[in-house]
Amino acid sequence: MVRVASETLNSRVPEGHVDQIWDKHRFNMKLVNPANKRKFSVIVVGTGLAGGSAAASLAELGYEVKSFCFQDSPRRAHSIAAQGGINAAKNYPNDGDSIWRLFYDTVKGGDYRAREANVYRLAQVSNNIIDQCVAQGVPFAREYGGTLANRSFGGAQVSRTFYSRGQTGQQLLLGAYQAMMRQVQLGKVQLYARREMLELIVVDGVARGIIVRNLVTGQLETHTADAVVMSTGGYGNVYYLSTNAKGCNVTAAWRCHKRGAYFANPCYTQIHPTCIPVSGDYQSKLTLMSESLRNDGRVWVPKNAGDSRAPAEIPDEDRDYYLERRYPSFGNLVPRDVASRAAKERCDAGFGVGDTNLAVYLDFRDAIMRVGEDAIRKKYGNLFHMYHKTTAEDPYKVPMRIFPAVHYTMGGLWVDYHLMSNLPGLFVLGEANFSDHGANRLGASALMQGLSDGYFVLPYTIGDHLATSELPTVPEDHPACVEALESAKGRIDQLLSVQGTRTVDSFHRDLGQIMWDNCGMARNKAGLESAVGQIQELREQFWQNVRVLGNGQSFNQSLEKAGRVADFLEFGELLATDALHREESCGGHFREEHQTDEGEAKRNDEKFNYVAAWEYNGVGEDSTLHKEPLSFDNVPPATRSYK
Amino acid sequence: MSSDLINLTLRVWRQNDPDSQGQFESYQLNGVSTHMSFLEMLDVLNEQLIESGQESVAFDHDCREGICGTCSLMINGQAHGPDKATTTCQLHMRRFNDGDTVTIEPWRATGFPVVKDLVVDRGAFDRIISAGGYVSVNTGNAPDGNAIPIAGTTQEVAMDAAACIGCGACVAACKNASAMLFVSAKVSQLAILPQGQQERSERVVSMVSQMDDEGFGSCTNTSECEAACPAEISVSNIARLNREYLRASLCGRD
Repeated sequence: MVRVASETLNSRVPEGHVDQIWDKHRFNMKLVNPANKRKFSVIVVGTGLAGGSAAASLAELGYEVKSFCFQDSPRRAHSIAAQGGINAAKNYPNDGDSIWRLFYDTVKGGDYRAREANVYRLAQVSNNIIDQCVAQGVPFAREYGGTLANRSFGGAQVSRTFYSRGQTGQQLLLGAYQAMMRQVQLGKVQLYARREMLELIVVDGVARGIIVRNLVTGQLETHTADAVVMSTGGYGNVYYLSTNAKGCNVTAAWRCHKRGAYFANPCYTQIHPTCIPVSGDYQSKLTLMSESLRNDGRVWVPKNAGDSRAPAEIPDEDRDYYLERRYPSFGNLVPRDVASRAAKERCDAGFGVGDTNLAVYLDFRDAIMRVGEDAIRKKYGNLFHMYHKTTAEDPYKVPMRIFPAVHYTMGGLWVDYHLMSNLPGLFVLGEANFSDHGANRLGASALMQGLSDGYFVLPYTIGDHLATSELPTVPEDHPACVEALESAKGRIDQLLSVQGTRTVDSFHRDLGQIMWDNCGMARNKAGLESAVGQIQELREQFWQNVRVLGNGQSFNQSLEKAGRVADFLEFGELLATDALHREESCGGHFREEHQTDEGEAKRNDEKFNYVAAWEYNGVGEDSTLHKEPLSFDNVPPATRSYK
Repeated sequence: MSSDLINLTLRVWRQNDPDSQGQFESYQLNGVSTHMSFLEMLDVLNEQLIESGQESVAFDHDCREGICGTCSLMINGQAHGPDKATTTCQLHMRRFNDGDTVTIEPWRATGFPVVKDLVVDRGAFDRIISAGGYVSVNTGNAPDGNAIPIAGTTQEVAMDAAACIGCGACVAACKNASAMLFVSAKVSQLAILPQGQQERSERVVSMVSQMDDEGFGSCTNTSECEAACPAEISVSNIARLNREYLRASLCGRD
């Protein structure tokens, strides 16, 4: 049974009409005067789009910033791998876009499980992001006349996506990184690379610092500040195989959760429809093929199950362009959750292609005939190159084979309208929070949200917290710091002392299999219940039998991984529990028991129109469910239709 | 074409920490699928090492799709291995033959001290960017994106330079361990674009000065960097950097 808290959560969304509240609220929030800003220090964990942009912007305002990342350089954060683009409501193509339409599309795309006020604000600042990035020298694609170019992404009928070839994330991240490195030069940001956050320091209920491990020397360090910002990305690697970078992990977020921060909607995971299929059991990660490819690529499978002809030899009348068939108005550009489920449906029905029959074709034949190979190369050259490298097949000649893979996580630490967690002083940005995408994120909206949070939201809301809170100095020998340090140290010692026989990776793979089989594209009660049991069992085995060699006082990648997998083994259970409790289908969360006759997701707005935020009560203990009711005053909930 | 499973002898550089003397160790690895990526092959080696009670080989990697710039490795003396325009993480074992001996080393350069085994410290690159690799524009100051028109062709040239992934292969491939290709890519991107004009002279002088301070060597135009670069950054950027530097020296700073 789920324990439910009696009080609902206060999201601190101000009163007023959705298109005015952010402007009014910016006036109502307290300010820190320019001369006082340097007296406040802020810790920013993570250097992706959200963390990098936040660190740069806070330092520009005058705050003293400490920035942390586990990678060897802040420029490596996984935002760099985002390919397709970033949305904004500029309406440059004159095709009917507006802030209101971007807001509407995002709420609808999220299957009515996002907070309206946050989404509206996101749409509002989207235009500022483009301007800011252009000013930084981000080389967005241009038309011949010199104006900015756009392309289309899933879930929208306008062209609002700005891009830099297939490397938009890279260029935006380098823009934020460079802005941050400028502040490093100016002495306003202190940079701590190769540091992994292992504990949150909470003093009298307020987040005041972190414990990190220096990954080169193994030393544990205590850092205190007036506020802590988490921009540590998503938890997709709980599935082991995902499009995430190998280092992406839930540890920082999970540590905050264990110190009292609520974890919201962990079951909302995004399975991206277009990834290179799994090829063997040694596989370490999955490679995404950008959604932008669906602008020109057509998705199909053979009409006859088991048709073993080469794809080029299968004539059009024997091909099933199933997205165009099922969703004529959006066609190949339906949202990701819809496209993924449709691919799974075809493969489950026996129409899959390739060695494993777990793939569908993404075919550029018609586009190449229409505009020529050069035009396609110019748009997608690096993606075609990447596909060729991975599979040894030339996608200019034969269609790509693709299959859905875990890509993004909409759930995350719960935050209010200020992006502050229920723990005062703890702010959470980007993919690490839960707020803007509901149960499904639209393509090209992750970059928008990360930069919105870091450049244009946090710099306002953090000031209100700093100006209105009592923040006595926390010395490094404060009992809360000492306790957190001991806790981090104890865990490392524990991992090293097991001295079992199985490698960390072998546990991670097993966990990933449990998650994929039971909490993947389709979920049901029996599977989820069994997953909870299997995870508990695997966790027990881990602590009895994991083998971590070396010691804690040196560079030790096995130890790093072990800590992350240990946290995934706790987190995975919460994900399954959340999925089990949510007796409806919405966005990326598809419960087989709840579908329409046509196999589409069927929400239950009467019972589940809320954010599920979970409070930690101990390993293996039931979490307490806190509900934040959602209301849709501007975009009335309807059954999503892309037909 | 090689068969689906191959056996390899790996000669891997092992070094405990920056101060200790390193050496090559040989490992036999059998039954390597040719569909694996090079790093997946190293994963398999590490699983095998841990199972036999030996510490795994430390190597840097993250995105495994060729964009983050974290992976490195000299493979048989070539930065990122034998394939053109390919990072180590995108290199696949189908490129190797049964019975091959593969030598794996870290980047070797004064500017990139070894941390452990195959891992090096590339913090110098961050410090070079910090010295001037940006446009000094605070958040909130920007005019409308279309207020700065940039010809499509200009943008393409800037993007070619901006594609650098900061992996350091250029330094590792250069006999002088010069970082000119890396520095010139950022200098070029911002010198070409209108946004970068205000700090154009200051930027090139500061970045080159930081590069020298970090212990990187001089450029002698051998173009090894371009051949090794997984992002296909052209040496014409180095020519542009030299012009920019000369211009700044003659005309003074901004």
